[in-house]
Amino acid sequence: MNADNGNITSEAHETGVVNGEFVDPGVPTEHRPRRADVDPKAANKAERQVAALFGLSVLGTALAIYGYVTSDASGGDLGAVQRTTMLMGVGIALAMFGVGTGAIHWAKTLMRDHDMVEERHALRSSAEARAGAIQVLKDGAKDSGVGVGRRGLIKGSLVTALLIAPLSLLVPAVGNLGGDWNVSQFKHTMWRKGMRLAKDPDGTPIKASDVTIGSVFHVIPEGLNELEHGKLEEKAKAVVLLIRMDPRELNVQPGREDWSFDGIIAYSKICTHVGCPVALYEQQTHHLLCPCHQSTFDVANGAKVIFGPAKRPLPQLPIMVDDEGYIVAKDDFNEPIGPSFWERLK
Amino acid sequence: MHRLSLTRYHRAAPLVLLFILLAGITTAASFVQSQPANATAAASTDDISEGSKLFAANCATCHGLAAQGQDGVAPSLIGVGAAAVDFQVGTGRMPMQASGPQAPAKTVQFSLDQIHQLSAYVASLGPGPAVPDAQAVDPALGDASKGMQLFRTNCAMCHGSVGGGGALSQGKYAPSLMKTTPTHIYEAMLVGPQSMPVFNNANITPEDKRDIIAYLDEQRQGAPGGLSFGSIGPVAEGLWAWLLGMGLIVGFTVWIGVRSS
Repeated sequence: MNADNGNITSEAHETGVVNGEFVDPGVPTEHRPRRADVDPKAANKAERQVAALFGLSVLGTALAIYGYVTSDASGGDLGAVQRTTMLMGVGIALAMFGVGTGAIHWAKTLMRDHDMVEERHALRSSAEARAGAIQVLKDGAKDSGVGVGRRGLIKGSLVTALLIAPLSLLVPAVGNLGGDWNVSQFKHTMWRKGMRLAKDPDGTPIKASDVTIGSVFHVIPEGLNELEHGKLEEKAKAVVLLIRMDPRELNVQPGREDWSFDGIIAYSKICTHVGCPVALYEQQTHHLLCPCHQSTFDVANGAKVIFGPAKRPLPQLPIMVDDEGYIVAKDDFNEPIGPSFWERLK
Repeated sequence: MHRLSLTRYHRAAPLVLLFILLAGITTAASFVQSQPANATAAASTDDISEGSKLFAANCATCHGLAAQGQDGVAPSLIGVGAAAVDFQVGTGRMPMQASGPQAPAKTVQFSLDQIHQLSAYVASLGPGPAVPDAQAVDPALGDASKGMQLFRTNCAMCHGSVGGGGALSQGKYAPSLMKTTPTHIYEAMLVGPQSMPVFNNANITPEDKRDIIAYLDEQRQGAPGGLSFGSIGPVAEGLWAWLLGMGLIVGFTVWIGVRSS
């Protein structure tokens, strides 16, 4: 214990500061007995409480076993499964709770109570121990020959081995980041001129006459379901939301006069913020919400951002109607879909 | 005074009580299951003139005497069809109590017969979607697993993955579908009420609609894993875990560290 302890004034005890420095508050010297130490009635009461907590644990165990034995989880009744899960969960919780709190309550109120002081030792080792340790290191270095200029081949090869050893872990780790380092795949989707817009998930092509005012179609490119490789990757880039609104309410963007058809308009479903599927469409306000960070796009005005963290409008898919009345893409998107990435600027 | 102090509650008593109370609530809640609502699919004779009188008395103030609508107040009802009326009036959304971001579902104000009369009148104004028959909305005839695919593609972004509902912008919301009757679910897809887009029969075919109804019906059987907290997602679960769970842990930690009196 610190030697200053005896000199602490009562003032220092109150403020804890002497000469601008915190002082060791010391250990309270007088021992305060607990109620159960001096009052046998309180001790008996505490004993009963501990026993009651252990008893609660027994009840919990019984409840859990009851829940298991009477369970009817085999049938199709989900309510019965839920009741079994709940009874067993609550029963096991009570069983553990009773044992734990009972033991702590027992230790706190009834087990022998006396104060102990554990002295702190100086962290610094003794001068002899320090000198001895340094001597061991020196002897070892001398015996090995390191630092004396000999065995240069061994030292050089050891350093080389240590330097390149991490590659055995790094190369597979970096290699597994992606099988394909071709960034240009982010800039294109599978949409091509004349490709039909089809319903997600079954892939039925959509006729313009089917898209009534106020409708929303969740769209994939026709032929996506027939892809053998990379179907999900292509779907994640190519999904589109097809919306028809009253043509009078749609403000066609300059330069995109022939990208929509009689109020039917198609936008990428991938948010330009971090790529969540933007699909909460409010029919009356023409607002399209992203569920992740509440970015809001105004579909009637070129899907421009009117709220939230997204910085760019949703890319628009140019569409037209083919000879059979189906809606087809005029081309791929004219810009990369989804969130920004470094090479997007190039 | 001495006797009083002996009968005083232990200071950990509130904590223990709280724990037992929570366990009790959790157990009890698992026994309470919401009952699926029954479909109302009674057919009555179309009484257009009765419906016309009802319309004039209850709806014309906003929608106009000829149901032509008023700009900025109420939409035209010509061509919305019987399904729209059956949905809006049958769920109590119409007549509206007050103007606001959204007309909420509330106590239905008309009898089934009156709703059918109103529907018949509005349907006579122009062609529109009709009320589906009982077979078209029978969950027992639908394929719940296909319904789940369709629901997650078309509906889940607003209504939540099991139809618990969710928030939209500026006070609007997608309501919970847990108690909506199959007929009303079907009609809502067909007509696209309020903020909801239209999902016509070319987009989601009548069989697909029935599959979706079958999927939603499955969700009402309860969740096997425990309490669903209204199925509104991680917020309710997080609130429970952080406030109650962490609160209990902090409380017990303090109790363990405090000297016994």
